[in-house]
Order: sequence, then structure tokens, then C-alpha cells
Amino acid sequence: MRRVYMDNNATTRTREEVISAMLPYFGEIYGNASSIHGFGRAARVAVNDARALVAGLLGAASIEEIIFTAGGTEADNLAIKGAAHALKSKGNHIITSAIEHQAVLNTCKFLEKEGYKVSYIGVDEYGIIKLDELKEAITDKTILITVMHANNEVGTIEPIEEIGKMAKERGIYFHTDAVQTVGKLPIDLKKMNIDLLSMSGHKLYGPKGIGALYIRKGTKITPQMLGGHHEMGKRAGTENVPGIVGLGKACEIAGKELEAEGEKLTGLRDYFYKGMTAKMEDVRLNGHPEKRLPNTLNVGFKYLEGESIILNLDMEGVGVSTGSACTSGSLEPSHVLNAMGVDAAEIQGSVRFSLGRDNTKEDVDYALSVLPPIIKRLRDMSPLYEKPRKNPTLH
Amino acid sequence: MEHFRNPRNVGEIPDADGIGNVGNAVCGDIMRLYLKVDEHEVITDAKFKTMGCGAAIATSSMVTELVKGKTIDEALKVSNHAVAEALGGLPKIKMHCSVLAEQALRSAIDDYLAKKKAKAA
Repeated sequence: MRRVYMDNNATTRTREEVISAMLPYFGEIYGNASSIHGFGRAARVAVNDARALVAGLLGAASIEEIIFTAGGTEADNLAIKGAAHALKSKGNHIITSAIEHQAVLNTCKFLEKEGYKVSYIGVDEYGIIKLDELKEAITDKTILITVMHANNEVGTIEPIEEIGKMAKERGIYFHTDAVQTVGKLPIDLKKMNIDLLSMSGHKLYGPKGIGALYIRKGTKITPQMLGGHHEMGKRAGTENVPGIVGLGKACEIAGKELEAEGEKLTGLRDYFYKGMTAKMEDVRLNGHPEKRLPNTLNVGFKYLEGESIILNLDMEGVGVSTGSACTSGSLEPSHVLNAMGVDAAEIQGSVRFSLGRDNTKEDVDYALSVLPPIIKRLRDMSPLYEKPRKNPTLH
Repeated sequence: MEHFRNPRNVGEIPDADGIGNVGNAVCGDIMRLYLKVDEHEVITDAKFKTMGCGAAIATSSMVTELVKGKTIDEALKVSNHAVAEALGGLPKIKMHCSVLAEQALRSAIDDYLAKKKAKAA
């Protein structure tokens, strides 16, 4: 049976060059990067080299602006809690969007319990944040604005350059969760006025368990992971050298392939959606038609429920995900689609296809061959679906 | 999984003696159960239509299998636990789907009883 992985926004396959780059740092160059002896120094060199590669991809002014973390979630936690705590005397108001990743939303909710005030700005039907509402929300107590560069569920790209400008004008820190965009979309830290940026290795064909937070020089952050003086005193813990090396390598390659990959994936994604609408009825695109990640296709199948669709696709070897309540582990449906104003019943029937560098046209053709029969079978079983009447040809 | 892969008794009964409609699209599950009952109060046929996750489809299928051949009184005793057990157990977070199946059955039986009363009146 053909196996087709279309869940790259959840995670990606670690690429061969990354694995090869990492391997020596388990059994051969295994010293603690902070140790003074030669064993340690060899590891330290690897860490610094990787740091430079990450800084290079992001366009950071100095490599000291890159802090390694255990992933995107930790980077988000460090950025938001770190800034909030550091600026407590200056203000207590944070502005974010309603469609952020749980790592951002739950961190904000936690800060609310600590006494901070948080404004969750709404989005339009395409998932684009309402800029005028954001502007209105700014007060002289606002210390941080955090808005994701692109949304993981629907792929919509946010106007972060405009937000960065707004933040800079008012002297407010601007953080962006760029977990889904680093290595996929060009990022200009200066032009976008970004003070803090989160990224994660396993979204760009790097290993899981490693990420980074970019902290612009001069940005105050209270460390959250306490202990030794690692990472410029901002994040304690013996460096995960193999992970760091893997992240550096992944960034190096992503930078070189960014444009070509973007073009290829956009073409494949659009070909896929065109095929769907040609073969099936009552299909809708969730997300912005153009301002969207090259690889992301979130589609609503009317009259159906997401988990049953993805289980059926899994039986045909195709791996995707859904925002339906049944799979969220909490019985709450997608907060992103909800914020976009998608009808509650339609949210349930939404499936996310997120393509990656391994996907080919053959993969998409295969998916297009197995999907319509699944949708038909489930619709025949659904009490909400009325079979279309045959067109009357007689007068 | 078997009942999800190959659900039994999918469909409608056009002149059903009892129809049960439960669920709501907000939580993602909608179940409609059709029953055919003979003059001895034995359920001779049961069919279903479900929009829902794997467990919802499996429990709908199982409930139709469990009640075929039972009398109305026996069918009333079919609980959600019986449905879950017949499937070999369900994860805790999916147990509510089996409750939906039990409710659909009750609703269909109530409908049958109401129709019966109306006929007798």
C-alpha cells in the first residue's frame, strides 16, 4: 500500500544530511560544551557554528541573539513570560491574536492568572488579524504584542510587518511565533521590526526536541529555565549538542532551498485543491486564497466529521490531520476556524493537508484517487446529506 | 475498528415504525436510528445514518446489530456500556459516543411507542 505523508505542519521527516551531521555528536564528540578540556571545546565549536547558521537564516545581526531551547513551545514560553516578567514595572497589558498556537494562548492565560491583562484580537473570515482592532487595543500599559507569522492550521500569513511597525512606534516589544514560517517564507527581522522570534527544528526537516528564540540585542527577558549560565545566562541547561547541530544544518539547507521549494509546493498544493473541487461537491477552502503558506491546504467537507475522514484516509495510507472536536483531546473544535467565523458544523468536517519536500505529483494523484470514494461513502452514511436529485430532463 | 471499517446496517427504512434522532452538529456527532417492529414487539430490522467520528460510526453499527431480533422491552435494557463492551471497549474520551447510541435507541423506541399509542387512539 502506498504511504503518503501529508501532515508536515505537525512535523517533518528529519533529512539525511541533518542526521549525518548530528551523528558524530553522540559517540565521538560527546563532551559538555561548557567544559574547559578538549572534549568540551570540540562540542563548543559545534554549538557556535550551528548558532551562526541559525542566525544566518534569520538574518540576525549577532549570533548572540540566538538562544537555543527545547523547541518552539519553550521559545514561546520564554519570549512571552520572559518579556512580561521583565517589563512588569512598565506595564501589564499584552496583545495577541485569537488564532495563536496553544503554546502562546495558554502562556497568555497563565499570565492573566498572574494579574496581566491580555487582549485577544479577532481575525477575518480568511484568518487575517484585524489590524484596526489591534491598533485600538494598544494602551500605555501595553508591553508586548505577540502575533504568529503564519497559522499552523489554515496557513494564513499575517501582516507582521505592519504590526512590527505599530509596535515600534509605541515602544512595545513585538514577538512572533514563526514556527511554521522559518525556512519556508523569507524573514527580515529589521524590516519587520521583530524583537523576539520563536522557531522549531522539527518543522524544517530538523530533529525534534530543539528550537530557538531570537532575542534582539537590548530586549529585556527574564529567564524562565533557571540553573547554570548557559545561553548567555538566558536559558539554563547543558546544551543538546546533537540537536543544536541538527538545527544548524537544517537551517543552512532551508535557506538555500527556500525559494525553489516554495514554488514547487505552491504548485502542488494548488493542483491538489483544483483536483478536489473537480471531483467533489460541497468542498470549501479554509484560509486565505493567496496569503497562505505554500504547503498548507485546509479543506472543509460539508455534512461530514473530520476524524472519520482521517481514519479512512489512514486506512489508505494517507496521513493528515483535522481540527475536529473528536481528535483535539478536549472535545473543543478548532479555535482557529471558530475565530474565522466558520460554521460550527463545517468546522467538524475540516481536514488539513500539509505537503512537504517528500511529496510528489504521484502522491497527490493517489490522494485524489482515494479521497472522493471516502467522502461519498461517509456522505451516504450521514443523516445531514441529501442525495442530489437527478436533473429533470423531461418537461 | 471493524465496525468502523465495515459498518453494518447503514441506510434508512422508509416506513420505519420508530425513528430516533440525537446529537448536534456542534459536538460533531449526529445519529439517526430507524426501527422496524412487528406485531409481537420484536425488532425485525434496524438501520442507521451517522455523521461522526470513528467511535460514533462503530457504536451506531453495533447498536443496530444488538437490537435486531430483540423485543422492545429487551432493547430498552441495552445500555451504552453494553454497546461499548460489544465493541471490545472504548477509550474514556469516546465513551460519550456510546451514550449517543443508547440515546438514539431510546429515542427510536419512544417514537415507536408514541406512534403505537396514536394508532390505538
